[in-house]
Amino acid sequence: MAVAQVAPATRRGMPMLGVIAVALVVISLIVGIIVAITVPTEEHFSVGVANFTTPPFLSSIPWFTRAMLLGLVAFALALSFWLAMSRNHKLVPGKRQYFGEWAYSFVRDGIARDQIGRDFQKYLPYLIALITFVIINNLWGMFPLTLFPTMSHVGWAYSLAVISWLIYNVVGIRKHGFFGYVKHSVLPAGVPPALWVLVIPIEFISNILIRPVTLSLRLFGNMFAGHLLMLVFAGGGQFLLFETAPVINKFAGGFALIFSLAILALETFVQCVQAYIMTILSAQYIGSALAEEH
Amino acid sequence: MTTFLLPLESNNPIIPGGAAEIIASAVFVAILTFVVARVVMPRFEKTYADRAAAIEGGIQKAEQAQAEAAAALEKYQAQLADARGEAAQIKEAAKADAAQITADARQRAQAEADRIVAAAHSQLEAERNQIVHQLRGELGGLATSLAGRIVGESLDDDERARRTVDRFISDLESADAPAPQGADVQ
Repeated sequence: MAVAQVAPATRRGMPMLGVIAVALVVISLIVGIIVAITVPTEEHFSVGVANFTTPPFLSSIPWFTRAMLLGLVAFALALSFWLAMSRNHKLVPGKRQYFGEWAYSFVRDGIARDQIGRDFQKYLPYLIALITFVIINNLWGMFPLTLFPTMSHVGWAYSLAVISWLIYNVVGIRKHGFFGYVKHSVLPAGVPPALWVLVIPIEFISNILIRPVTLSLRLFGNMFAGHLLMLVFAGGGQFLLFETAPVINKFAGGFALIFSLAILALETFVQCVQAYIMTILSAQYIGSALAEEH
Repeated sequence: MTTFLLPLESNNPIIPGGAAEIIASAVFVAILTFVVARVVMPRFEKTYADRAAAIEGGIQKAEQAQAEAAAALEKYQAQLADARGEAAQIKEAAKADAAQITADARQRAQAEADRIVAAAHSQLEAERNQIVHQLRGELGGLATSLAGRIVGESLDDDERARRTVDRFISDLESADAPAPQGADVQ
């Protein structure tokens, strides 16, 4: 029912987006072909950690790299997205407000309220900031001119994980008191005393030590691996197609280039899912720190 | 292409390249959180609250309208019941009136009939008396003349004749109920 009502609006909006998408594809194809033909490449093709280095634009400002620029733009985009979406609200929403409310309630009801429960509104701003910032930075990995997921530099992910870790621990300590929270988080209710020796270290390690590590490494690893995969298929396909002589390599290269589109689609999906997972796990950690009992 | 890229400070990808990105990440998210908490969230929540209030107001209005409609219906039904009662009363009264009128008419007609009958009776009585008188005179004359003819002489002596006739008639009258017998006539 709701889908049927929304469909005409999106259909009317499609041509503009379609034109932009087609233009981007054409531009990147032309640029890619020109680069492939004109710029001489090395004898051997290799993909590795070196591909993730981003040089500073100016050597006098060593910290202002391409990754930093992408992060900054993502921040600006996230900020302007929410400011634009929350502006000029009416009781009966128009298209823009409808989309804004959909995005807002996706995080508010779908993530924060489900995972945290009663006091979710206090933590909602952080979750909104987190998911927006992460998803835009992840999606940089699929746009032709950016083509670099910011979160594949592990520093960004560490920082976000530490913030989530600080929030859920501080929240838990404020709710249960220091010792209460420690007991709450290392000792699930209903464990017989004989098993405490076993359960307490496991719970302590998993809840206090491992969580921030998994939170950040999951995000980083997915972005890193996904970008690596795309480099292998696109770069390797291009290398085989243009730089090597045997005919079979041309076929393989062409196939790899075509298949890289499927990889791109998969990576787009992974980028969105990872932003969602990062946010929903942060919310879940906050929720379990606040919970009365496990 | 890779030759002009600077190498990472470390070759291990899970060791962060520098403090700048860690700080930037934290600062960006902190600012975003602050702005969302201060500006974006209140706006959205205000919209939700306004909408809920509007819906509740609408429900209240609808309830009020429903109550009004129910009151109007009740009033209408009461009026209808009143009217029905009134109509029934009027019908009863009309019935009673009709009976009264019929009875009156019947009584009047009866009286009229009685009066007519009485008048007829008295008239008949008067006519009978008159006829009896007349007959008595005529019968006397006739009888006298007949007797005179039979006897052959005029019974001119009025006084005697009348007495004889009168005695005869009173004899007749006294023997009125039983039919006049031969004894008196003989």
